[in-house]
Amino acid sequence: MKTIKPLLREPRVVIAGGFLLLLLLIAIFAPYIAPKDPLEQDLMLGNMPPATSPGAEPGFYLGTDDLGRDVLSRVLYGSRIALTVAFVAASLSAIIGTLMGLAAGWYGGWADRIISRLVDIWMAFPPVLLSVLLVAVLGSGLHSVIAAIVIIDWTRFCRVVRAETMAQAQLDYVMAAETIGFSRSHILWREILPNVAPVLIALFSLEMGIAVIVEAILSFVGLSLSSDIPTWGGMIAQGRQMIHQGWWVFVFPLIALFATVLAFNQLGNGLRKALDPVMRR
Amino acid sequence: MTQPLVAIEGLSAISTRDGGAPVLRDVSLTLEKGEVRGLVGESGAGKSTIAKALLGILPSTVKVTGGFIRFEGRDLLAMPRRELSDIMGRDITLIPQDPQTALNPARRIEAQLTDGLRLKLGMGKGQAHERALQLLDEVQIRNPKRVLAAYPHELSGGMRQRILIASAFALNPKLVVADEPTTALDVTVQKEILRLIRRMQEAHGTAVIFVTHDLGVVAKICDRVTLLYAGKVIEDGATADMLTQPKHIYTSALIAAGPRYDRPNAGLEPVPEAVFRQLRAEIGIAERRV
Amino acid sequence: MSDLLFEAKGVEVTYGMSKGLFGHGRPGVRVLHGVDLAIRRGETVGIVGESGSGKTTLGRALLKLVPVSGGTIRFDGQDITNLAPEAMRPLRRRMQMIFQDPMASLNPRHSIRQILTEPLFLHGLATDRRDAERQVRAILDRVSLPPVTLERAPHELSGGQRQRIGIARAVLMKPDFVLADEIVSGLDVSTQAQVLNLLKALSQEMGLSMAFISHDLSVIRAVCDRVTVMRFGEVVEEGPCETVFDAPQSPYTRLLLDAIPLPEIDDGWLTRPAPVLETAA
Repeated sequence: MKTIKPLLREPRVVIAGGFLLLLLLIAIFAPYIAPKDPLEQDLMLGNMPPATSPGAEPGFYLGTDDLGRDVLSRVLYGSRIALTVAFVAASLSAIIGTLMGLAAGWYGGWADRIISRLVDIWMAFPPVLLSVLLVAVLGSGLHSVIAAIVIIDWTRFCRVVRAETMAQAQLDYVMAAETIGFSRSHILWREILPNVAPVLIALFSLEMGIAVIVEAILSFVGLSLSSDIPTWGGMIAQGRQMIHQGWWVFVFPLIALFATVLAFNQLGNGLRKALDPVMRR
Repeated sequence: MTQPLVAIEGLSAISTRDGGAPVLRDVSLTLEKGEVRGLVGESGAGKSTIAKALLGILPSTVKVTGGFIRFEGRDLLAMPRRELSDIMGRDITLIPQDPQTALNPARRIEAQLTDGLRLKLGMGKGQAHERALQLLDEVQIRNPKRVLAAYPHELSGGMRQRILIASAFALNPKLVVADEPTTALDVTVQKEILRLIRRMQEAHGTAVIFVTHDLGVVAKICDRVTLLYAGKVIEDGATADMLTQPKHIYTSALIAAGPRYDRPNAGLEPVPEAVFRQLRAEIGIAERRV
Repeated sequence: MSDLLFEAKGVEVTYGMSKGLFGHGRPGVRVLHGVDLAIRRGETVGIVGESGSGKTTLGRALLKLVPVSGGTIRFDGQDITNLAPEAMRPLRRRMQMIFQDPMASLNPRHSIRQILTEPLFLHGLATDRRDAERQVRAILDRVSLPPVTLERAPHELSGGQRQRIGIARAVLMKPDFVLADEIVSGLDVSTQAQVLNLLKALSQEMGLSMAFISHDLSVIRAVCDRVTVMRFGEVVEEGPCETVFDAPQSPYTRLLLDAIPLPEIDDGWLTRPAPVLETAA
């Protein structure tokens, strides 16, 4: 209770968090919420505009694509892939990157030298190119997309956690723990990690936003999932080709993507502020 | 009687962050030309707020709710921005607390020292350079040419504080506000800096507002002193009088609380809680809930 | 049992020394040049000096918080100079430290209860939760803080209160020795007197030995039995407080004393030339 209260006082956390919670519910209950089957084609109803436009077909609130599939249902279903990728990829990147970052930042010496060099080398690859390359090698599919994101983005966590750990290690409370006689590993897990956590949580939120984008990019270039599973990136790619016949196929998934990424970023920034024990009052 | 250089009258201010808690309570004090006036008190006394108000750099979280600050008869608080910026940096200047952060680490000393000369006095590059050399000589920096070409990190804390003093006196100001200028320094350096401020002040006929928490420093450099507690003036008068015949019980308790190297058991007499109770009653602060 | 609790002989500390891969590393900067220090049981020794004097390093060297590159340090008769960290740990309880900045030395993510009770369990000083709670409440009472303080986080306390927690944490360990590093330099005079009083009373009650590091000779005089004056990593003068303060032998001590502004009118003080000091080679 004590940790939740200050979070609720931060408007960005409430608004962005509320939006994402709603999105999560939509993803879970998509089969019940979606008005139509997202895969059901009806070529007779192709390229129908959204409900407010003239010539709209009743029941297709955001119109249909060229195959007559309901755009609203596809956008709703698209949130499932987006959130799955976001959560799984960010979690794995966070775990790997944090462990490496803590080891490098706290134990220093050879551990730090090896991990830091590794990160330097990693960072020299252009990320989007690398992810396209990785998926091409691993084969398309959800697992490959997640693997590609994790393989690239663990360095982000590693760098931030390493720097933060080193900064915390300089503070007197760490020396105080040492003079009390706590072991090195106790100090790392019980004293330092809780102080690194706010940055980590904020970064985790940002990373989920990034993962959503990367997944969309990979879907856009056709490297993510087979085209009959609705993904926002896939829809944007499909909509781009027919933008002159029907802007709605392109625009609505784009809005969903934009709003989700913005929400993750805002949630991350809000959390960072709200979780600071000194700044919160 | 001639008009004082600075007259603060009934100055009150609140903090907008702390739910409107008063930070200055009806503060009045005057400063004559060429005198050194100490503003002394513990943390939260408001001494720094007064200094900032004089410099026109009050943080946005502090709101003045009443009173005047008259500088040569003109109210600084009601002055248009343009006029104020003419006065600040020229007639009123600052010696900051922390010589480590007060200088821009990316610029050479010469550039920083000549900013005011060129901006406010319209000096050319060569003229400003000559004046800067003179100023460094005045604050007893031995190799001024080398120092002018240096970056701040290449100089010691005491050296940097000398440069900041030179900079504060560069335009012959009428008032220098010294905000705890020796707190960050070693004692031996502190003594040199105090001596320098006093000498510069006498040579230029400048009035100095000297903000400090150290009654010892007050005793050595201030002609008159104002003791504050919680934004209220508790005692005000000649330094010698306050130290030898304090009028308020808080003043004498504060003097007794300070340890002294020349007395074995001084400094272990905390200011009694009764004194704080009395202070709060006098000022009208509600008793603290524990 | 020897009368000496701490005995340091010819202690040298060099920072930034590295062995280097091929035999020629960096030599580093030596900050202590063979310092001798003796602390008897129940005695408070002041260590005074200006910035760069090495006083803080000396304190940390005694507690083996910085690597010692020369000399020997004996604690209670045992040579601890080259003791491994694991072997040091049982001794840690007996030598405690109070820090300059109580905010930095208390973990911002822990409650005061956590900060005070965890060390008790580590060293087996408390049998169970109830026992720990009882001891912690007793010590809080001793440092004049109400029991509700236990529920607070460090940032919710005032500077003086935090420093009392720092003292409470140290004496809870029932140590033989306490290192106090500039513990009142961040406090107001009225609070400072309370903290000094408390520390002095506690050290007498518990028969503690103390090293009291400060830049302020007046504070040293108020709490110490003996004083060691340091400059540029060397001891300049050492002796009982009465001797050093009333009849200083070293010109540097005289210079330091002369520079302290006492709160009394002395018109000549500012202009009087300082005692002549031959500059160190």
